[in-house]
Amino acid sequence: MNKENNIYTVLFACLMVVVVGSILAYLASALSGKIKENERFEKQQNILYAMGVNENEGEGSVNFVPTDVVEEEFSTYITEQLIIEGDQITKDDQAYMIDLKKELDKLKDGATPKLPVFIGNKDGQTYYIVPMYGKGLWDAIWGFMALDKNMVVQGVYFDHKAETPGLGANIKQRYFMDDFTGESILNGSNYTGIKVVKGNNDPVNEIKDDNEVDALAGATITGNGVSAMIAKTVNLYKDYFETLRNQG
Amino acid sequence: MAILSKKDSKLILDPLADNNPITIQVLGICSALAITAELKASIVMALSVLFVLGLGNVVISLMRNIIPSKIRIIVQLVVVATLVIIVDQVLKAFAYELSKTLAVFVGLIITNCIIMGRFEAFALGNGVWRSFLDGIGNAAGYGVILIIVGFFRELLGSGTLLGFPVLGNPIEKTGLYAIGYENNGFMLLSPMALIVVGILIWVQRSRNPALIEEN
Repeated sequence: MNKENNIYTVLFACLMVVVVGSILAYLASALSGKIKENERFEKQQNILYAMGVNENEGEGSVNFVPTDVVEEEFSTYITEQLIIEGDQITKDDQAYMIDLKKELDKLKDGATPKLPVFIGNKDGQTYYIVPMYGKGLWDAIWGFMALDKNMVVQGVYFDHKAETPGLGANIKQRYFMDDFTGESILNGSNYTGIKVVKGNNDPVNEIKDDNEVDALAGATITGNGVSAMIAKTVNLYKDYFETLRNQG
Repeated sequence: MAILSKKDSKLILDPLADNNPITIQVLGICSALAITAELKASIVMALSVLFVLGLGNVVISLMRNIIPSKIRIIVQLVVVATLVIIVDQVLKAFAYELSKTLAVFVGLIITNCIIMGRFEAFALGNGVWRSFLDGIGNAAGYGVILIIVGFFRELLGSGTLLGFPVLGNPIEKTGLYAIGYENNGFMLLSPMALIVVGILIWVQRSRNPALIEEN
């Protein structure tokens, strides 16, 4: 058969699309259950990580609770899951499965987003954990921030889809995330969030009352993205935080 | 090499030195800039390309007699993209952590010009075994440069290798830092990757003057 003939070319293209399409479709449906479960475990791991339930050893490691026990640990440490929708606060133990990106998109249409809050309890201390979602240099960045009642950060977890390895991708390194612990999202009584700044003369982050942490070299835009993400989150949850503080 | 004939072993060894895809053919520069700020990422990228190029060359070579030449580039793209997506999905299901580390490389692999280049220049016209060797050889040549660049950028830029501090602690001023050494933050930026590649090209050409073009 003549390979250069148009009919052959079109037939070849059609056949190729059908074959490749079916392979990928089969694979996606066969694996989707397993992939969804992995994603669910990951969310639970991340939330627990932010409140300090993790298996970190030594200085540099970021180790989550292993997947085979994460479900159990999650129900032990997370005592309550709330959804804030406008003025209404409801309990929902599936709140962690909310897709924050979709909820934030609702804001653009003027609708009220559903904002989850996770209340954790470890060694008698209560943690209020909020999810975050924002933009880095290349793609999405997200994370979780655990606060105490006085709006002091007790731990954060950041992650990213496609930041530059070695530069922006380092937002998920211990030395960056640990800097946030102890910083307050309050400046006086204003909800200012925490800024990632270059050259704040505080590379080891000893000053905890300046609402600033030291930036990563070579990752200015990712750092700005983190600042913006925290500011946006703090602004969204402001009313809820305010009621927490007034409870005394 | 006894297992491979002289011609076959040339397929593997040539791209490692005198016909290196990066330093001689200047292909795949974009990913060499993007991910070499640390050694680990360079190694992961080198292995991913090794896998995709080895397998992709085999698939294209198997199909070489039925691919219509008018749409061969599209067919090549479909083959790379499918391979990469299959690997990505399988890793997501069975090695979730690893898949997250690789997520950023997926796009870089699909658009890597070395892969398309080898499909077009070699696999379309050669047998399966030779195409496989050619794929492995070129991916290795690419990987070697990536790893060398990653090694210098991480060592001089962050003072670490694979994340381990090898030059001492810059904040507590131990090791080399005690005598006033500073990390060069400039090494972390992309232009330095080009400069390191440039130095490699210079070294390679002055060692082998046959590589220098006549003007």
